Amino acid sequence: MFFKLNPTTGHPLYLQLMQQIRHAVETGALQDGSQLPGIRTLAEELVVSPNTIAKAYSELEHEGLLELRQGSGAFVCVKRRTRFLTDSVHVARRRIRDLIERLRDEGLLDEEIRRAFEAELLFPAEIVRKR
Amino acid sequence: MTDEPVIVTRGLAKSYGGAHAVRGLNLSVGRHRITAFLGRNGAGKSTTIKMLLGLVRPTAGSGTVLGKEITDAVQNREMRRRVAYVAEDKSLYGYMTVAQTIAFARSFYSDWRIAMEKKLLLDSELPANRKVRSLSKGMRTKLALLLAFARRPDLLILDEPSEGLDPVGIEYLLRMLTSCSAEGVSVFFSSHQIAEVERVADHICILEKGCLLVDASVDQLRESYRRVDMVFPAPPPEHEFRISGVERIKTAGNQMSVFASSNAEAVVERAHDLSAVSIEVAPVGLRDVFLETVREN
Repeated sequence: MFFKLNPTTGHPLYLQLMQQIRHAVETGALQDGSQLPGIRTLAEELVVSPNTIAKAYSELEHEGLLELRQGSGAFVCVKRRTRFLTDSVHVARRRIRDLIERLRDEGLLDEEIRRAFEAELLFPAEIVRKR
Repeated sequence: MTDEPVIVTRGLAKSYGGAHAVRGLNLSVGRHRITAFLGRNGAGKSTTIKMLLGLVRPTAGSGTVLGKEITDAVQNREMRRRVAYVAEDKSLYGYMTVAQTIAFARSFYSDWRIAMEKKLLLDSELPANRKVRSLSKGMRTKLALLLAFARRPDLLILDEPSEGLDPVGIEYLLRMLTSCSAEGVSVFFSSHQIAEVERVADHICILEKGCLLVDASVDQLRESYRRVDMVFPAPPPEHEFRISGVERIKTAGNQMSVFASSNAEAVVERAHDLSAVSIEVAPVGLRDVFLETVREN
């Protein structure tokens, strides 16, 4: 698996890692039973604090996507819910594609659409998370 | 017990004549974390570190490192046994070879790990028989790190470890810091290199003119610091935006830019209420947090 963390975006590195692992599961790059590198190995590889990896792994364990086994690392466990998520991601993409098409038809430039998406994503998510 | 901070200072201060290098510093550095101590040149970072190690006597205030009083000579000695320190100048004996230097350091410490020493020597590709005086800056740093990591300290303190290193050297250093942390060592290092800090640090303390300006987790910084750029139909009233969390406001005609350390949602809400025609929220990198904070003062 390849992960790429970007320290200059407004998202904590552990959230970025969680998202990339989820994405890898959704796309099938990681499958049920796949093993992820140990905390130390991945921390050294990505050159980030081991606490970042530990936090991402433990949050994902909490979500039921990872199983942490003492001494032998982290294993992906894909349950029905995750499969359902994969489908819903496909549906969401189709809807976003339709929406973007409509906005383009209305004369918006891609750059404007992108900025609108980013502005909306940055905030409501935080408010939603707090509730 | 395990959550007890590794470094605590209370009103720690140091003056040289009339110059105040450090003023009433209250610091608390968490265990099992990588903490970066940021500040401009001359902000008081090195003086603070030297006071922590007992190399410089504070003018006022007190502090503990691993629970030991920093100004007590006996406690200081006990503390130094469990702390590894990499000084800014990486002072080493120039007439010794790399191998001699390692053997010399090994003789001092009961917690020395021979296997780790051998591994580090191999990984670092240091020439064992070369005299220290002829080593490059990067190699000197590698040697100083080897001497610190071959032990198993509870706390590792580094003063500007990346100073003068090329990108490969910096990468090596950062990787060492992460593996050290993975072994359970608490790391405290000073730096003015934002890019490196941003990647490996869990927690950040920003020092300016001897005072602590920012003391926050890096995740918290990433999540809460925002810049909000807005455009209004008419010049907006600045006082409407002077709310908690807003650090700086800039206005130019109908435009306004707000730098907030938290509470950006409230800024956006207010902008909506004032019928802003455009609102853009952008995350703020550590570099901007640093510059804005330092400029503010």
